[in-house]
Amino acid sequence: MRRKTVVVAAAIVSLVASLAFTFGCKNGGGSQNGPGGSGGGNQTGEIVIGHYASMTGDTAHFGQDTDKAVRLAVEEVNAQGGIKGRRVKLVTLDTRGDATEAANAVTRLIDVEHVSAIIGEVASTLSLAGGRVAQRRGIPMVSPSSTNPAVTAIGNNVFRVCFIDPFQGTVMAKFARENLRLTKVAIIKDVRSDYSIGLAENFRRAFTQRGGQVVAEQSYSAGDTDFSAQLTAIRDSGAEAIFVPGYYGEVGAIAVTKQRLGINVPLLGGDGWDAPDLFRIGGAALEGSFYSNHFAPDAASDRARRFISAFQRRFGSEPTGLGALGYDAAMVLFEAMRRAQSVTPATIREGLTATRNFEGVTGRITINAQRDADKSAVVLRIRGGRAVYETTVQP
Amino acid sequence: MTELVQQLINGLSLGSIYALIALGYTMVYGVLKLINFAHSEVFMMGSYFGFFTAVGLGIEHYESIGQTFPLYYAFVVLIAAMAGAALLGVTIELLAYRPLRNAPRLAPLITAIGVSLFLQNLATLIFTPNPRRYPAIIREVRYELGGVVVTNIKIAILVVAIALMAGLHLLVQKTWTGKAMRALSVNLDAARLMGVNTNRVISSTFAIGSALAAAGGILFGLDQLTIKPTMGVLTGLKAFVAAVLGGIGNIPGAAVGGLLIGVAEQLTAGYLSPDYRDAITFVILIGILLFKPEGLLGVVRPEKV
Repeated sequence: MRRKTVVVAAAIVSLVASLAFTFGCKNGGGSQNGPGGSGGGNQTGEIVIGHYASMTGDTAHFGQDTDKAVRLAVEEVNAQGGIKGRRVKLVTLDTRGDATEAANAVTRLIDVEHVSAIIGEVASTLSLAGGRVAQRRGIPMVSPSSTNPAVTAIGNNVFRVCFIDPFQGTVMAKFARENLRLTKVAIIKDVRSDYSIGLAENFRRAFTQRGGQVVAEQSYSAGDTDFSAQLTAIRDSGAEAIFVPGYYGEVGAIAVTKQRLGINVPLLGGDGWDAPDLFRIGGAALEGSFYSNHFAPDAASDRARRFISAFQRRFGSEPTGLGALGYDAAMVLFEAMRRAQSVTPATIREGLTATRNFEGVTGRITINAQRDADKSAVVLRIRGGRAVYETTVQP
Repeated sequence: MTELVQQLINGLSLGSIYALIALGYTMVYGVLKLINFAHSEVFMMGSYFGFFTAVGLGIEHYESIGQTFPLYYAFVVLIAAMAGAALLGVTIELLAYRPLRNAPRLAPLITAIGVSLFLQNLATLIFTPNPRRYPAIIREVRYELGGVVVTNIKIAILVVAIALMAGLHLLVQKTWTGKAMRALSVNLDAARLMGVNTNRVISSTFAIGSALAAAGGILFGLDQLTIKPTMGVLTGLKAFVAAVLGGIGNIPGAAVGGLLIGVAEQLTAGYLSPDYRDAITFVILIGILLFKPEGLLGVVRPEKV
């Protein structure tokens, strides 16, 4: 009995000690970066920029690929002597694909790391969570690839370098109706994702306007693993294709379930498909499917080819379209900083607003009055286990 | 009509996975009157053990050259995962529950939640939180009968689940260990007075329940394609509801409860809305607790005062 008490006491003491140690360290680290440290509105030393991304979790490919590309952009700009003679320092925080974590990450980037500007997120729901914090604190944020219109509607501090869903939905609807000549399509959307709901809505409107018919509409929740009920319901609806505006993990599983149920129609989708894991999970079940994206590696401009080979040299893998947008987001941000008189959040914001005809990897980027980028989209076809260029659709 | 049959088939295969997990909850409850919340993590770990055994046997090589994984290798994966999970279950009991054998009933229950959180975070740390594609240890073949599609994986899930449940039934009814388990579930102290080595019987209960959960974990991976460290949370909770539905402590009840939950979930998703697929399980839980708290096959035992 006595021995037990001693053991318990020892456990409590060691626990308290370890907690004190952890928090002590955190405070120590914090004060080093406190007033007088780098970042914020300071005019000397390093320029600190923050990146919040899903480095782990269900959409880890988005975060990891985007972060590699942002890192590449930072390394390139530092190799050229930095901005106004100052080195750029990148701080990346993980959101784990969770909206609460995204808001926390942005708060930490601003309060602890004192960043001048923020890049992130890929998923619209997370950009909405993080963007609200950035807007409230007056720190400019550039989302590389969130396509839901609501993201930049948060306020004058939130920008993006990609097209938005009213356009992306129209692209696929137009392609399905005019190129594939389909009349009946079913939709499966993710009801927990602002991106998926918005894209489904815009696709339905554009497709029915062009004389097509949506014969079935089903939904799932991010993280679901079983889609057989939804696909069974769609099977007898007469749909000639299924529009799945979701993220790659679930899309891959939906493709395999579709094949298991013997539904032989192609899937259609958006840029949320853009990750190598799509093929790892979906495999042969994806053959003949199409999705819209920001760029096609196999039909790239000279500028894009330079980026692709630099990325491959640095990381040993081919970048995704979302990675390319991460690179563009960073480069647009650097350009805005160069243009600004001094590097403060307010001048960076002005610089971003003034972005016109920037030659990016994913095309020419002009930030419009809604702080969105007007750009064309490409449609990719899945053939032989990879995505190949099919056509370009102008806005 | 074909749609209904299809939904029922998919529901039964999902339900048999729930049933395999539910058996572990119900066996431990029957013997110790403890709800082992760490069981859902044993299921998750079992699935990962199977994953790494298959990778260790070179499944990626077989997949890359387009060859079928040998069937006896699939059995090796199953046995290895079941053995690993059994060891894990016994260890959990030894370290976390045995020291609390005579403590108030709330203490081991809270410990079980602690073990569950510990294992889940440990798995997140070791296996990374990223979902993994489960290797195809059985090559998929599709059969179509009058518009209803059945794959050999769905059949294998049913066959493996039924075989394991039949084996368990025999074990509990015909062997000495099974008789001892039943004795423990009636009265642990009386069983000890009759010369039963209760600790050994409890260990074997944990071993068997955990092994069945690991089998469920592999079938889950095959059926649902991806696994991740948090996969046990919702699936485990549903299996727990299945055990309550069938009558906790009752082995055939857990099997029936699992199948019912699987079918209910699938029909709700197909005919009502997929948004309610998780909700229906807990609606059933509330209903059963209100109207038949002892469960479908449970018996009311008067509480001794």
